[in-house]
Parts: sequence; structure tokens; C-alpha cells
Amino acid sequence: MCSRIILRRMIQYNILSRKYNSTLSNDNFVRIFEVGPRDGLQNEKIQVPTSIKIEFINRLSQTGLKYIEVTSFVSPKWVPQMSDHVEVLAGIDRIPGICYSALTPNVQGINKVVSLGKKGVDEVAIFSAASETFSKKNINCSIETSLQRFNDVVKIAREKDLPVRGYVSCVVGCPYEGKIKPSQVVPIIKKLLDMGCYEISLGDTIGVGTPKSIYDLLKEIQSNDIPSNKLAIHCHDTYGQAIANITQALDMGIRCIDSSVAGLGGCPYAKGATGNVATEDVIYLLDGLGYETGVDLNRLIDAGQFITEALKRENGSKVARALLCKQQGETKTTVKSNQT
Amino acid sequence: MLFRIIQNCFTFTIRRSSNFVRIFEVGPRDGLQNEKIQVPTSIKIEFINRLSQTGLKYIEVTSFVSPKWIPQMSDHVEVLAGIDRIPDICYSALTPNVQGINKVVSLGKKGVDEVAIFSAASETFSKKNINCSIETSLQRFNDVVKIAHEKNLSVRGSISCTVGCPYEGKIKPSQVVPLVEKLLDMGCYEVALADTIGVGTPKSIYELVKEIQSNDIPSNKLAIHCHDTYG
Repeated sequence: MCSRIILRRMIQYNILSRKYNSTLSNDNFVRIFEVGPRDGLQNEKIQVPTSIKIEFINRLSQTGLKYIEVTSFVSPKWVPQMSDHVEVLAGIDRIPGICYSALTPNVQGINKVVSLGKKGVDEVAIFSAASETFSKKNINCSIETSLQRFNDVVKIAREKDLPVRGYVSCVVGCPYEGKIKPSQVVPIIKKLLDMGCYEISLGDTIGVGTPKSIYDLLKEIQSNDIPSNKLAIHCHDTYGQAIANITQALDMGIRCIDSSVAGLGGCPYAKGATGNVATEDVIYLLDGLGYETGVDLNRLIDAGQFITEALKRENGSKVARALLCKQQGETKTTVKSNQT
Repeated sequence: MLFRIIQNCFTFTIRRSSNFVRIFEVGPRDGLQNEKIQVPTSIKIEFINRLSQTGLKYIEVTSFVSPKWIPQMSDHVEVLAGIDRIPDICYSALTPNVQGINKVVSLGKKGVDEVAIFSAASETFSKKNINCSIETSLQRFNDVVKIAHEKNLSVRGSISCTVGCPYEGKIKPSQVVPLVEKLLDMGCYEVALADTIGVGTPKSIYELVKEIQSNDIPSNKLAIHCHDTYG
């Protein structure tokens, strides 16, 4: 019995090591966690047909991205956009080397994932919040209750050798409580890591952060001996600060960035505002800073254009818009006399 | 006279304080210049007046260029005549040549508090943008600065394409430094470094500013003008 447990742990560790060590050990490599199909589409008004979602994810699979959050196992009543999670997972191409993930906020969700077997996902995600009010409004329970639920989710996931990624929302600001102190965030990170999450994505859910608040947050986390390779940053660009905030996080050793192609996903707390930072803009930044990502920007732009055309919305990536305009010969940097 | 001394001291203190950042608002000129719609003069005046109520202290309001090239700025005299003049706000305008500066001077109190000249770090961009080489443009600017200084008008310099050019591609910091030096030697109180096509990243900005600083050009003589084209 004991040896079986030890063997299982060794296999789990080995799976995780093989998956992540080759990238984690290279300090110049930044992992992109593409959340467009889930976090992005979830916040779009139009109900996207399943076939479009599948095509979209398949195009993302051709870009070099290695982590794609494809759907969410939540009640269709709450998030109708994600109601076709089974069909999407059944329909997408499975490219070796790519981790397809899904949110599983409760035991029903993880059990459903498990029941799908090979038509399920490679990893799951759970999400808490640093704000008590946000937790209650967003997932109808307190932070403490949510952590208890997640503990049950993690147990089932680990039994099935499914890695679990944790998210913490509102790490610098909350639409209800205002400014969030780093000291509110640290205990939640610790609990999620202790529970068994391999990584915690820190979400500036309403995009109110600036490099200083990101610095203060990460400094507090690091001074509590939580290593950077257990962390990711998930910046929203609602106030135009995402690229600056990501740069700050990179400077402090963060090497995993969540982003959404074409900047998909608005902000439910600031209607009409932008939301997720665009993956294309992040890739442009990282290329410029000399980091490796393995992502092909042109293919990424193609995937972003595909989905924005389907959504009949403007592409939210400035890089995509600039490069597409250049290609079409209508560069937005058209020279006029006396251009500064 | 005493007020002027105190004002200069205040400005000096503001510039020396590293916790204070001056914003140079270019919306009415650099902004509107690139908008497709011809904005009515009354709208521009109202716009500038609203900006004057925000706490901004430096507002670039118009440009003295030929209406043939920049129709949007053709109403520069009317705009300057129409705006409210709030004490302590510096209203500026581009004066790319001697005709421009002379026109500003002729307006007297209905003119501006300072003027701006602009070069480019790319030879091709200079020729395409202002129809002359960098060297020729600097000679023209020298004439502009002389007239401006005779009339106690401060001159701000700008350099376009400091990290990238739409024609020449990547621009090396070593191409920018001599221009900064020449504009400062000419009498510009400050030089704005522009990433005209927004291709820069923090790394290219770091390399540019580091090169400039390693040539003993102090930061308080510099400003940064970033475009957000690539986010």
C-alpha cells in the first residue's frame, strides 16, 4: 500500500518534471498560458458556435503555444458560453506536447472531466479570490468554503494524475472592496500550493494594477519564500497597464504569463472596457526583451483574426492591428509631414 | 520681474524633483494632426480650454506649417486667438522653419510661450517627412532658434524615429546621440525622444537612454514621446 502511494507520487512528480522542468530551467524562456478560448470567449457577448470554437482552438494549436485553456466545466445556467465543453473537447485536434486545460470549480466539474477519459483535458484549474466579497459575488461562497471545495477537486484530480493549476482573482484590486493588500493574497497562495496546485496564476482581474502594485505584491510573496517558478501573472488591460505590469513581473522572475489572443474578453465590471491582455502584444514585448516563447506571431495573429471575424468585433491586439494594417499597405504610421 | 524670478525657481524646483513628472500634452497638435476629420476651430479651442483646466502645464496647441501639407493645422492663428490663456500654462507650437517662427513672433501676445523644432534620427524619414536631409534641417532649425531666442521664446527639440524607422528599420542609439547634442548646443532646453512608430520595447528604450546618458547628457534635458502602436 505504502509502496503504491510512493510509486504514484513518483510518477506524478515525474510527469510534472518532464512537462515543466525543461522549460522552467531556462531563465530566458517564458511560458504563455493562452486563455482566449475560455476566459476570453466567456466574456464575449455573442454565443460562439461549437464548430468555431473548435477551429479557433485548432488554429491556436498551430502557433507554438503549449498551454491552452479550452473550456470550463461550469453550469450552463451561469456561463452559457461554456455549455458545450464536452463537444469542444471531443472535436479539437490533440497535438502532442500541448497541454489542454479546463476550469473545474467543483466536484461535479472534475468528475465530468474524469468521465471523459482521453476526451477530457491534460490539466484542470481552480480559482479563488483575494477578496471575500468578490468570492461571494463570483462563485457564491466565501473564500474558506471555496478552498474546501477545491481541496475535494484537487484530491480527485491527483488520483487521476491530473495536474491542478490555481488562480487567485483580484490580487491587487477588487471591484467591491477596492485596494487589496499583498498580505491578503499570500495565505491563499500558500493554501493552494499546499493543496497540490503546481502553479498559482495571480489575476489582476479588473486591471487596476500598476508596476508598483505588482512589485509590492510579488515582493511580499517572495519574502514568504514562495518561489517564482510556482507563479504566473494574469494581467487585465482595462486601464492600459498590462504590458507595463507584465514587464515588472518579468523583472522579478515570473516566467509564465496568461494572455488572450486578440485581447478577447472584456471586463464585466467596467462594461465596454477592455479585459485580457492580448497574447500578440505580450509576444511582441517578449521578443523585444530577448525572451524565447516558441510562439509564431504570424500564426497567432491568424488565429486572432479568425475569432474576431467570427465574433464580428475589432481585434483587441494593437500588434495584430498594426501588422495587419502594414500588410494591407494602410500603415497607421503613415508618414505625414511634420510627424513627431 | 520678481514674479518671473519666483516662477523660474518654481519651474526649476519642479524639474529637479525626481518625484514629479511633467506631462507635455500633444493632443491638440500631434493628436489632431493624425485624425481624419477636419476639426472645426471652435472645437479645437474648446478642447484646449478644457485641457487647460486639468492641471496640465504644457500644451502643444498647433503648428505653423503650410496648410497645403497639414490642413488640420491651417487655423493656427485663429486657435491661438481664441483659446483662454491660463497663467502658468505654457502654450507651444511647432515652428519647423523661419516663416513659421516669424509668424509666431508677429502675433505677439496672441502667439505662444515656446516653440518646437523636430529632427529625425533617420535620413530617409527626414527626407520623406520634411523634404530635406537631417543636416539641412538642423541648419534651418538653427535659424529658427536664433529668432526665437531674440524674442525670449524657449525652444524644445524633438527627434523622430529614435528606436525604429518605417523605412530604415532599427535605429541605433549611436545615430541619435549626435542629434541630441546638436539640438541642445543649438539652444533647445529639452529634447523629446520619439518612438514615432511605436516599435520600441523597454529594452530598446533602456539602450537608447543609457547611450545618451553615457554621453553625459543629463535626464532633465530629455523627454520621452512613445507611441502605443504595438501596445
